[in-house]
Amino acid sequence: MKRHTAVRLLGAGALAATAALVLAGCGQGFAGDSGGASDSDDGLTDSDDPIRVMIGSSGEAETAAVEDAVAAWAADEGVDAEVVAATNLSQELAQGFAAGSPPDLFYLSTDQLAGFVENGSVRAYGDLLDNKDDFYPSLVANFTVDGEFVCAPKDFSTLALIINTTLWEQAGLTEADIPTTWDELATVAQTLTTDGRVGLAFGAEYQRVGAFMAEAGGRLVNEDGTEAVADSPENVEALTYVKEHLADGTFAFAADVGAGWGGEAFGKELAAMVIEGNWITGGLSADYPDVQYTVAELPAGPAGEGTLQFTNCWGMAADSPNQEGVLDLVEYLTDTQQQLAFSDAFGPMPSIESAAADWEQANPELAPFLAGSAYAIGMPTNVGVGEVLTDFNAQLESLATGDPQQILQTVQSNLEAVVGG
Amino acid sequence: MATAAPASHRSRSSGGIRRGEGAAGWLFTLPIVVILGLFLFIPVLMALWVSFSDWSGRGSPLSSTVSFIGLDNYAAITTGGGLAERNFGIALRNNAWYVLLVVPLQTALSLFLAVLVNRAVLRGRGFFRTAFYFPSVTSSVAITVLWLFLFSTTGVINEVLSWIGIAGPNWFNDPRGIVHIALGAGGEPGPAALTSGQFLGVTWWDWLAGPSVAMTAFILMAVFTTSGTFMLLFLAALQNIGAELSEAAMMDGANAWQRFWLITLPQLRPTLFTVLTLGLIGCWQVFDQIYTGTQGAPGKTTITPAYLSYTSAFTDQQWGIGAAISFILFLIIIVFTVFQRWALRERAVSMRRRRPYEQAVAAAAAARGKEAP
Repeated sequence: MKRHTAVRLLGAGALAATAALVLAGCGQGFAGDSGGASDSDDGLTDSDDPIRVMIGSSGEAETAAVEDAVAAWAADEGVDAEVVAATNLSQELAQGFAAGSPPDLFYLSTDQLAGFVENGSVRAYGDLLDNKDDFYPSLVANFTVDGEFVCAPKDFSTLALIINTTLWEQAGLTEADIPTTWDELATVAQTLTTDGRVGLAFGAEYQRVGAFMAEAGGRLVNEDGTEAVADSPENVEALTYVKEHLADGTFAFAADVGAGWGGEAFGKELAAMVIEGNWITGGLSADYPDVQYTVAELPAGPAGEGTLQFTNCWGMAADSPNQEGVLDLVEYLTDTQQQLAFSDAFGPMPSIESAAADWEQANPELAPFLAGSAYAIGMPTNVGVGEVLTDFNAQLESLATGDPQQILQTVQSNLEAVVGG
Repeated sequence: MATAAPASHRSRSSGGIRRGEGAAGWLFTLPIVVILGLFLFIPVLMALWVSFSDWSGRGSPLSSTVSFIGLDNYAAITTGGGLAERNFGIALRNNAWYVLLVVPLQTALSLFLAVLVNRAVLRGRGFFRTAFYFPSVTSSVAITVLWLFLFSTTGVINEVLSWIGIAGPNWFNDPRGIVHIALGAGGEPGPAALTSGQFLGVTWWDWLAGPSVAMTAFILMAVFTTSGTFMLLFLAALQNIGAELSEAAMMDGANAWQRFWLITLPQLRPTLFTVLTLGLIGCWQVFDQIYTGTQGAPGKTTITPAYLSYTSAFTDQQWGIGAAISFILFLIIIVFTVFQRWALRERAVSMRRRRPYEQAVAAAAAARGKEAP
């Protein structure tokens, strides 16, 4: 009798709770669909709801710059807007989408883009932008999924060769010695390698080593992202070149010289040259202000010049009740003036061509980064490619003793599973 | 008599002045039943549903757009043949070695420490008890940061090793397995017999690699941080053991080792069970250290199923696979606990001495039967 009551009570409780959850779930669904907002001609929702912007900030400078910009726009438009700096952006975004209450506007990385587009979390709005023709075509390509321009590139960075000028001069090298080919790179790396210091260091990851692959004419996926081309002779040549110099000790991975990343290896003078992106300038001035350096374009490989580009875009939530407002905010945040202000505050390069001249004038010593935009390759954006890159990076860590051909074969089969036949 | 009591109690409670007591009991426990149901039981059921569904991470997993896909998620990580299967295999491999080394080491060390600080003759017992327990109360994140410093290439550990002429490894960046290193084969392909076959996308050679140097640092850390807690459990148990049996054994001429092994240890069995169970569960769920420390690097050798479940769901948006991994992990823990319960079950005497013991018991019973009126 007693047992009976217990079961019944527990059952009733569970039922009630489940019902509550189901109702709550549905409630969110309906709210997301209508939310009291009316749809305008271009299919965007329109309301006066406040806008929440979530960013994955690199530091206080970036947070303050975005906060100021958003506040200025909000004051002009008379809309409430707040900026939230996420501590773990991908996790917080995923939670927001699952709960049906995502931020209206957020930083979106290339490796998460396609996944969020596929599950319908993100609203593609690229073609509605007034300034859509001003963005670099390579960046637009990076944020195009299934032929649709999804979101506005926020800014971008490329990889370049950072040279320690003090060590350079000590080794008797001059400006004329700045390497322009792989052979020259190997030679100066040899010259700069001393006891306790390597000539060239970079991270053990595709995001750095991939530059060599680009210089050899190789890629991971073809340009429109429909075919895996990792297992190519060009890529084998690039990895073999890197492996050879890892083995003779003139190149090294940052971790192998005891540094967390290239910037640290460079700042601590564990390496005389590193391959890094624009962000290194901020890191060096903050942590190692005494290190003198110059930036050069990466040397050309067998197939010419090559580098990698990194970028984020401003993602718009499909569930946002005020997409018109968000679109307006994105146009404001990506216009020439605002992008130059961001660049000034925390370093990245503007994503629009109309700001290039001004940026170059303001940062002449960083011009090689911008020059890289002409031939840079973006990160692949296919759904699930993040996992493949993680696996590739794990294998690159043992490149010094590994077999380039075998590593690339694994990457190829992993990529084929992601890209689709 | 002892078994009859609850039955008679139950039959009485349904009537008389105790009528309605059951309902009152349920009323009082209702809040916690609802809270546990709402925040534990139902979420677990929902996660179970996610592991059988194609939920993509948007909106409610119970909405009509989400469909049941059976065991597809489980198949992807166990027989899929792709990256998901290999990742899961690597994570299991890493964690199995972790469990294999951490559980015995931490149990032995904590028992040793407990016996040590239990001795009345030890000076400054209070100090040592606090010192050994201290790592357990410190946040695992803080200890991880400390560990990253201690085990860096130019850190204290390598400095100390250099005093005795050992060039310490680049701890958190060395993906070679310690078994491979011991065999002198770190980084090289193994014999064809072991590399040709595979399980969960990982070759037998790699299963046998042992924990990587980086994982070994985490193993040392786990032993360091948990031994204090388990020492307290053993200490409490040791202080509950009366001295009579030990004294009797001493009279029989048992030496200290025999007294510990044959008198003290068997009496610690319930505590040993607790410590091993907690140790197994904790070790299979290792997450904080990986998340704050290495994030799976170097060469994926510190990925664990718990961490993989997190990254699959939140980073790679494979929610079904993430949930499936966590339920497989749950099963693994259950299986290990049941096995351990079976292995440590209460037995009157060891198998070797069973027959003479049973004969003695039978003889005693027969003797008692004769005496009784």
